[in-house]
Amino acid sequence: MSATFLGIPPFPEAAHEAVNDSRLRHNLRKATHTIRDKRASVVTELEDDWERLRSEGAAIKNHTLRHLDHYLEQLEASVERAGGHVHWAADAAEANAIVTRLVQATGETDVVKVKSMATQEIELNNALAEAGITAYETDLAELIVQLGDDLPSHILVPAIHLGRSQIREIFLDQMAEWGVPAPAGLTDDPRALAEAARVHLRERFLRTRTAISGANFAVADSGTLVVLESEGNGRMCLTLPETLISVVGIEKIVPTWADLEVFMQTLPRSSTGERMNPYTSTWTGVTPGDGPQEFHLVLLDNGRTDVLADTVGRQALRCIRCSACLNTCPVYERTGGHAYGSVYPGPIGAILTPQLRGMSSEVDEALPYASSLCGACYEVCPVAIDIPEVLVHLREEVAAGPGHLGEKAMMKGAEAVFGSSRALDAAQRAAGAARNLVPRHLPGMAGAWTDTRDLPDVPAESFRQWWNKHEKGQS
Amino acid sequence: MRIALFITCVNDTLFPETGRHVVRLLERLGHEVVFPEGQTCCGQMHYNTGYRRPAATLAVRFVRTFEDADAVVVPSGSCAAMIRDNYPRLGGSGSRLSRKVAGLAPRVYDLTELLVDVLGVTDVGAYYPHKVAYHPTCHGLRMLGLGDRPYQLLRAVRGLELVELAGATECCGFGGTFAVKNGDVSSAMGADKARHAVESGAEVLCAVDNSCLMHIGGTLSRQRSGLRVAHIAEILASTEKEGALR
Ligand code: SF4
Repeated sequence: MSATFLGIPPFPEAAHEAVNDSRLRHNLRKATHTIRDKRASVVTELEDDWERLRSEGAAIKNHTLRHLDHYLEQLEASVERAGGHVHWAADAAEANAIVTRLVQATGETDVVKVKSMATQEIELNNALAEAGITAYETDLAELIVQLGDDLPSHILVPAIHLGRSQIREIFLDQMAEWGVPAPAGLTDDPRALAEAARVHLRERFLRTRTAISGANFAVADSGTLVVLESEGNGRMCLTLPETLISVVGIEKIVPTWADLEVFMQTLPRSSTGERMNPYTSTWTGVTPGDGPQEFHLVLLDNGRTDVLADTVGRQALRCIRCSACLNTCPVYERTGGHAYGSVYPGPIGAILTPQLRGMSSEVDEALPYASSLCGACYEVCPVAIDIPEVLVHLREEVAAGPGHLGEKAMMKGAEAVFGSSRALDAAQRAAGAARNLVPRHLPGMAGAWTDTRDLPDVPAESFRQWWNKHEKGQS
Repeated sequence: MRIALFITCVNDTLFPETGRHVVRLLERLGHEVVFPEGQTCCGQMHYNTGYRRPAATLAVRFVRTFEDADAVVVPSGSCAAMIRDNYPRLGGSGSRLSRKVAGLAPRVYDLTELLVDVLGVTDVGAYYPHKVAYHPTCHGLRMLGLGDRPYQLLRAVRGLELVELAGATECCGFGGTFAVKNGDVSSAMGADKARHAVESGAEVLCAVDNSCLMHIGGTLSRQRSGLRVAHIAEILASTEKEGALR
């Protein structure tokens, strides 16, 4: 696997391609609307309980983040007490080095993987490949992306941008190279595709002795890790191999087992529109004679403590990666995930990525503006992250930096005009007098507007001017 | 009641008739409308684009201009939301601005809130013999929580046939400077909204915000769809005797 987000242009440019790709638009619209509607109906059936669960989820996460150092130490102690080993990784390079070393110690060159955002974030598969280790994705959508040498475009459904005929082609072309080939005469019937993947993966599960996972939650007091999934492939990786290595972001902690009660209700409803997800796997250290006998937990920072230092932006760390904000976002629906240039796309990606990576590149600077601030993401977020608030907060950082001279000049101009009602009145009179000179198509930045929309006519008289006459008429 | 009108810079400059409709409507209902001259702009564009300091300056100006008003009506959902939801974030906690905003913001209303909640009317005596679809703008829908109010008002208008708008709660794609910074996505969103509006069979698409209507209307006009956009104030101000003021 060599695909990487490096080199993807800033959002507006990447979006231009996506918006004009009708097949992509069709696939995305269909998929996001289906999940969106399912989510809405299972959330509505909880009535007022939903808002309670939502604020409890936010409160648990806030509390944990406020005392993160305490809970991290508690987690470390409980994992080790249960027979696991804990490793600390400050950044992607460190995490990759740790995992590579751990795999090398097993003597294996093949590993199976449970779908995991953390390992995607650090591009673990590429790092392992450089060390001669092949990582096999076992989540169906992740497998499709891997076989297609493609990039994920959704948190939960990385292959959301592909239609089933495209998936069939990828299976036929690529499966043989990676293991059991696709059956000849494979159709694009979803069941046939799933069966081909099942046969392909089964052989892999039975042969591979090392697995790598992430975790949805890490329970501090018991040292238990939790993975929620729909297919059961994750459970195969979590139970069959001899060695299990889990890479987990430090914000994934919850203090106690009882806290899971809230998220077990909100996460499946928000992500797949189901009341309960099909497979929930939990593991605590090692159990002699049952499951992996060697367990390693790699705790990943990779920018998270920096995010924690920002009092407005830190709420992004509450995210439980349900992807509800992606499925409801009108911008994501029209661009798909690749345009965001990161493994975290959509509204959460627009606030998380620039915080984790820092806003030093054009790609990261453009992300806080990849939203119309419609607020639909905040409305659905099960941990009530005020994404629009963080977007505006990050825009402030961009605007405070160098560059964007045209925009800064325009804002200054507007400030002068709005600085007094007399200045505004004068500007309005000037615009009114020049009203017939305004061209239908504007040059430069404003051209983005007039390419597809007509500008309104400038009226001869502002409200202010009319009001003065109206007042006089009355007195 | 004496009601102070905050006309907003976009309405003042580009859609002055909306202000005239509000004045006509409220005066017809027996209220006095005043227009404090010192007003300019709520600062939303600055705030949403990341220019916090000028936004705060404009917030101070707004508070100074309106602090003595019993009620302020804002015929723009997003500007009303800017004042009520975002002004409190602009001043530091305990600052003079935050204290003043806390006192004033609860008296700032979108037109439909003023009518239904404060003045207690849903039937404003309007007559508007057209098929109308209502677009609930994002800020009206999610930040102000206007809910059923606009529909109640529209349903009480004589001659008006309210038609359903598919995908009503979806953003039209305007988003202030988003329309320029992400022109492609904004246009695509506007096109879908315009298509739904045309498919609704309406003659007129209305909303509580001229900015969204400018975006959707600009798309409809480019497509020569024949469908017209109108601020809800225009509909509510129209009567059988006087017709629509254009
Ligand atoms: S930000 Fe909220 S809605 Fe979006 S993925 Fe995270 S938890 Fe889900």
